[in-house]
Amino acid sequence: MLAYIARRIVYVVPIVISVALVCFLLVHITPGDPLVAVLPADASQELAAQLRAAYGFDRPLPVQFGLWLLRALHGDLGNSIATGRPVLAEVMRAVGNTVTLAIAAAIIGFTMGILLGLIAGYFRETWIDKVATSFAIAGVSVPHYWLGMVLVIIFSVQLNWLPAVGAGPNGSNSWAWDWAHLKYLVLPAITTSVIPMGIVTRTVRALTGDILSQDFVEALRAKGLHERGVFRHVIKNAAPTALAVMGLQLGYMLGGSILIETVFSWPGSGFLLNSAIFQRDLPLLQGTILILALFFVFLNLLVDIAQAAIDPRIKRG
Amino acid sequence: MSELPLSATADAALQAAPATKARGYWATVGRRITRDKVSMVCALVLLLIFLSAILAPWLGLEDPYKGSMIRRLRHIGTTGYPLGTDELGRDMLARLVYGGRLSLVIGILPVILAFCIGTSLGLVAGYVGGKLNTAIMRTIDVFYAFPSVLLAIAISGALGAGIINSIVSLTVVFVPQITRVAESVTTGVRNMDFVEAARASGAGPFTIMRVHILGNVLGAIFVYATSLISVSMILAAGLSFLGLGTKPPEPEWGLMLNTLRTAIYVNPWVAALPGAMIFAVSICFNLLSDGLRSAMDIRN
Amino acid sequence: MSEANIAMLEQVEDVGGVAQPLLQVNNLTKHFPVRGGLFAAKRTVRAVDNVSFAVAKGETVGIVGESGCGKSTTARLLMHLMPRDAGDIIYDGMTVGQSLSLRELRRGMQMVFQDSYASLNPRLTIEESIAFGPKVHGMADGAARALARELLGKVGLRPENFASRYPHEISGGQRQRVNIARALALSPRLVILDEAVSALDKSVEAQVLNLLADLKREFGLTYLFISHDLNVVRYISDRVLVMYLGEVVELGPVDQVWDNPAHPYTRALLAAMPSSDPDRRTEKPPITGDPPNPIDPPPGCRFHTRCPFAEPLCANATPKLTALDRMGHEAACYMAIPGSGHSRAPRETTA
Repeated sequence: MLAYIARRIVYVVPIVISVALVCFLLVHITPGDPLVAVLPADASQELAAQLRAAYGFDRPLPVQFGLWLLRALHGDLGNSIATGRPVLAEVMRAVGNTVTLAIAAAIIGFTMGILLGLIAGYFRETWIDKVATSFAIAGVSVPHYWLGMVLVIIFSVQLNWLPAVGAGPNGSNSWAWDWAHLKYLVLPAITTSVIPMGIVTRTVRALTGDILSQDFVEALRAKGLHERGVFRHVIKNAAPTALAVMGLQLGYMLGGSILIETVFSWPGSGFLLNSAIFQRDLPLLQGTILILALFFVFLNLLVDIAQAAIDPRIKRG
Repeated sequence: MSELPLSATADAALQAAPATKARGYWATVGRRITRDKVSMVCALVLLLIFLSAILAPWLGLEDPYKGSMIRRLRHIGTTGYPLGTDELGRDMLARLVYGGRLSLVIGILPVILAFCIGTSLGLVAGYVGGKLNTAIMRTIDVFYAFPSVLLAIAISGALGAGIINSIVSLTVVFVPQITRVAESVTTGVRNMDFVEAARASGAGPFTIMRVHILGNVLGAIFVYATSLISVSMILAAGLSFLGLGTKPPEPEWGLMLNTLRTAIYVNPWVAALPGAMIFAVSICFNLLSDGLRSAMDIRN
Repeated sequence: MSEANIAMLEQVEDVGGVAQPLLQVNNLTKHFPVRGGLFAAKRTVRAVDNVSFAVAKGETVGIVGESGCGKSTTARLLMHLMPRDAGDIIYDGMTVGQSLSLRELRRGMQMVFQDSYASLNPRLTIEESIAFGPKVHGMADGAARALARELLGKVGLRPENFASRYPHEISGGQRQRVNIARALALSPRLVILDEAVSALDKSVEAQVLNLLADLKREFGLTYLFISHDLNVVRYISDRVLVMYLGEVVELGPVDQVWDNPAHPYTRALLAAMPSSDPDRRTEKPPITGDPPNPIDPPPGCRFHTRCPFAEPLCANATPKLTALDRMGHEAACYMAIPGSGHSRAPRETTA
């Protein structure tokens, strides 16, 4: 097991470096001079050159990357051009809100997905299965930002039950676990949960169906095992794959929340990314993407290891 | 030639040819999918949306660009404006129909481009194997380290708003996914005995690729690509929704959703219409892709 | 005679005459590297180790052994489907790359695979599959299809019923006939049959074996027949090679080997054969245990870990194939080598 973990970690190193490279290059595929955003329109050549040197833009690309990587390793992702504050602090503050949203969505989406998937797989080809799979298909096909809007229209505009935007009363940015704050979480979390719900339903349904049609289940039934016992076997066999899919989905929720956060003005990393894009705040853009991607990579690593821990076949394969 | 070996002709069972008519693989798939009601309904809906988008100028619709301050945000069912008007008083029906043109192009084109690029990369990686495979697949892995939404937004955010940039960024998102599928099916087929047999008959790599590999992998890659169209439609409209894709005043579903967001307190259901179009196209492609997948699974 | 207007590809010319073996294999070796863990040492599977034999023109040579002994790897090496690490493969006195091109070799030598389904392209009709080879070698499409239909008849399938069929529409026995026709389409002189009948039902197997015998006569073929089924090998082969863990342990005319097996492994294999005679029922398993891991073959004689007669000598040195008589019967066992030092070895004769 330890050898497996060590191997997986070693494999992650080149990925992390390449991810950093992609994030670094993002700024350099940007058309135009990255300094435009900070320079006053009537800036002198001299000032431009000064700033260029200050940001290190005058050096060759590989050197810039090396320096940038070195600073990043020390937690220095530069300063936001728009606010002048350190990028890392800005991103970490926002990531907290995104994590809150993702976890709430995961609780809803995974629970629903597992339940629907088990039921659909168990009652395959019946109307119950059809209803559950329709839900799943709708979940993966719906433009979630639109679903968010529709939910706002129903529950905020029409019924006036829940707030439409923000993360707390009076535009407060600090999260607290009370109803006043939770109210703000409900709609974004439901919206975020539909895609994972759909995907987990489909995965669990397929797994359940496959396992139930295997010979060993037949044997268990022939042995006289009651259905609850059969179900326990199904869950045990489906768990590793289902877990992997859920881990990946959690990662997607963390990294892909920008559209939903924009709809609900949820002050998370996606919202931050959105403002970074429109203010052409490249260091902030770069830093946010880097941190979100690293989250994703490490989450994948964790999932791999967890999967290997509960499914011994993987280590040998 | 004289008599066949006794052992062969004497046995009637040997000559027992199958009762069914000989049919090619794709003919069978086609027959199976036309029998699937859900797929046919989806195909019909998509056909309608495509045709109306293509034929929009000849359908006698209002001018989708012409607005009027005095008839802003009319409700659904207003005479003359069956689906109401938008925040600038433009006819929603016309804008939704015309909107299909851009929305479908920016949603589907990235998948087509990625299909071509990804299939070529995957075929080469899978068939040649070895170091080239490692090089291609490890590069692909890097893109897998980003959630696809983040990658799409990062690239188009860096490139700046615009239709071309939106198509480019989505293509970059889908190429790795298609390459991975193409590589894995190609590797699977390459190791089959019939490819060995073809090599044993002296055929060169290009002949083998053309005659024996392509026909056996394209189907699977194609089905996978169709399943991506749904995601692509949502993401392409999403980029426009964020202001990263199409620019006003073009009619495009994602952008329309964005500009109508402010109208949800005034006329919520008109504001939600463009999203319903995206949803319809996306779910139809998803169901059609599922139908195609099971129609192609001819073992049962 | 319908073959008057059906053109076949020209056979690769017989250059050496009858006395020259059609196939001469010397010291054929193939080792596969095994990827260990990140920190593990590199290891190799000795799939085929120093294998030498010859196949005379017109004869059928059988290769037998347990699964994993290197039979199929040998077949693929002979077909040049994978590169070999060492050894020579000489086809009628010619070496590939020197006096014989790889393309020519592939006309002169063809192969039928075990899995009749996997070895046919599911997207091609049977006719197209058979015609593919001749077309690769320059035959026009129409001529190749005519040839394919002609060959379908030769393997006992009516072309009008089968030519436009797809592989999944016909039975396993019919498919294997198609595979045979496909191999014959290049007018080979040597056909390698790699477990070609092993996956078939017993009754179908017998029919295909008869077909093979008929085709051999008609086309003047030479067979290399690989199988784990000793009964089938005995039925079809003139000479036989017994392989164990990548090495040839015994070879000779099939009757000699069957009547006087010299290697304890051959004896065990023969004893393990199911018999239909109740008086000759196998009472106790002749060998126990699985074959040792080919990744780390035991030193010395590779069979010594399972051999009931193993002595210290067997673990220390590797016995070489040694002639037992003047009829070509050879074995690699110290018990068969005169004066080898094994207590059961025949005494050294000074002749």
